[in-house]
Amino acid sequence: MAEGENKGLVLLDFWVSPFGQRCRIALAEKGVEYEYREENLRDKSPLLLKSNPVHKKIPVLIHDGKPVCESLIIVQYIDEAWPDRAPLLPADSYARAQARFWADLVDKKMYESGTKLWKLKGEAQEEAKKEFIEILKLLEGELGDKKYFGGDTFGLVDIALVPFTAWFYSYEACANLSAEKEAPKLVPWVKRCRERESVSKSLPDPLKVYEFVCFLKKVYGIE
Amino acid sequence: MDRSSSSLKFLGSWADSHTHRVRLALELKGLVFEYQEEDSVDPSPALLLHSPIYKKVPALLHDGRPVVESLVILQYIDETWTDNPIMPADPFERAIVRFWCHFADDKLGPAVGLVFSSVGEGQKAAVDQVHENLQLLERELREGAFKGRRFFGGDNIGLLDIVLGCGSYWLAVFEEVMEVKLVDPDTFPLFHAWLRDFEEQKEVKETIPPIDKLLEYARGIRQMMLSLSTDTTTTPTIGAPATGNTTSNNDAAVEEIGLLQESLVL
Repeated sequence: MAEGENKGLVLLDFWVSPFGQRCRIALAEKGVEYEYREENLRDKSPLLLKSNPVHKKIPVLIHDGKPVCESLIIVQYIDEAWPDRAPLLPADSYARAQARFWADLVDKKMYESGTKLWKLKGEAQEEAKKEFIEILKLLEGELGDKKYFGGDTFGLVDIALVPFTAWFYSYEACANLSAEKEAPKLVPWVKRCRERESVSKSLPDPLKVYEFVCFLKKVYGIE
Repeated sequence: MDRSSSSLKFLGSWADSHTHRVRLALELKGLVFEYQEEDSVDPSPALLLHSPIYKKVPALLHDGRPVVESLVILQYIDETWTDNPIMPADPFERAIVRFWCHFADDKLGPAVGLVFSSVGEGQKAAVDQVHENLQLLERELREGAFKGRRFFGGDNIGLLDIVLGCGSYWLAVFEEVMEVKLVDPDTFPLFHAWLRDFEEQKEVKETIPPIDKLLEYARGIRQMMLSLSTDTTTTPTIGAPATGNTTSNNDAAVEEIGLLQESLVL
C-alpha cells in the first residue's frame, strides 16, 4: 500500500443502520473529518468485502487503509486513537467496566428485540413487546436521574443506545408500543442527546426509518 | 494499585471456560484472590446479588464492587493492575484483539458447542462450521494480523490467547467424546502449535482442570442429552435454558443441560 494513497478515514455504512450511526456520532464528537460511503447491502462493494472478509458487514472504519470492524469496537478505537479530546469512556477503570457492560447489553438485546416488534404478529409479537419493555425498564433504571448513562459526560452507552431511538416511531406504528410511555425517564435523556449536534446530524428522520421498515415488511411478506 | 490492601473475590464454576479466563488473568497478574465455586444450575444468593441481570458466573468482586461478563472483567483487570499488560497499547491492535474475542464468543464457541449438542447430519454441518472458523484463525496466524507470532499476544500470552485458549481444551475433549476430528495438525498447523504452546504455560496448567475430569463431565452431559432426545435427526440447539416453571423432572433436566451447554462454549 503506497504511503499517502490510503491516508485518511473512510466509513463504510448504510444510512438507516443504528450501528453505523454510532460510528458517525463518535467521529463527530471527536471533530474528526471522514469520507462517508453508502453501501448497497444487496451488492456489497469490493472494498467492504476486502475490509471485513469475516462478516462482510457494515460499519467498517478504514483508517489510513487499515480496517476496523464492529460498531462498539470502532467507537472504542475512535476514542483511543484521539485521546486528546471529548473522551467517550470514563478515566476510572471501574466506571469503564460499567460502561462496557451496559454498551454490551444494548448490543445483545436492543436490535434483536426491536426487530421482533415489526417482524412478528399476534402472540409472538405480544411476547416480543413484553421482552422489549423489560429491556427499556432496565435501561431506565440504570440511567436514573443522571444526565447521561456515564454521568455528566456523553459517552459509550449513550452512543450505543441513542440510534435505536429513531426506531421508536416504527415500534409504535407496528407494535403499538410507545417507548416514551413505557420508559418515561428516558424521554429527557433522548431530548438531551438530540440537542447534541453529533447526534442530530447522525440520526435519520424517524418517518424515513418507518418507510424503510414498511419496505422491509413487504420484502418479508409481513402485513 | 496496592495489591495488599484491596480485596478480590471471584465467583465461578469449575468447568466453565469463562471462569478459567478470569482465573488465568488473575494468575498472570500475580493477584491474590478468594474463589467461590458456584453450582451452575443453582446460583447462590451472592451470585444473584452481584450478577442480577444475567445471574451467571464469572463475577469478580473488587473491594465488594462487582464486575461481570468475562471480556469486561479481563479488560477491567488489565486496566486496574497495569503491570504485565495483556492488551496491546496500540489502538488498532486493541481493535483487532477485541474483534477476534467477539469472533471466539459469537462464532467459534457456539459452533464448537453445536458439535457437542447435535447428532447425524446436524453434527456434520457443525463440524464443517468449526473447520471454517478455525481456517479464519489459521489464516490470520499464517499471513494476517498475527503472522509470525508464537502467541496472539506476541512473545507472551495476551487477552486473545486467554479468550481462545480457555475453551480450546474442549476441542480435544469433544474430539474424544464425539469421535470427530476438529483440530487436525496437518490442516491447522499454526493453530495446533499455538494451542500446544499455550497449554504448556505454567499459569495455564494451574488454571485448566485435568483432562480426565473434563472428559467425564462432557460424557455425562452428552449421555443426558441423548437420553432426552426422542428424534435422532433433530439438532437440539444450544440456547437459553427452559424458561418458566420447571415442575417435571424432564424440564429440570433440560434446563440443567441448557445451562451446562452454555458453560461449555469457548
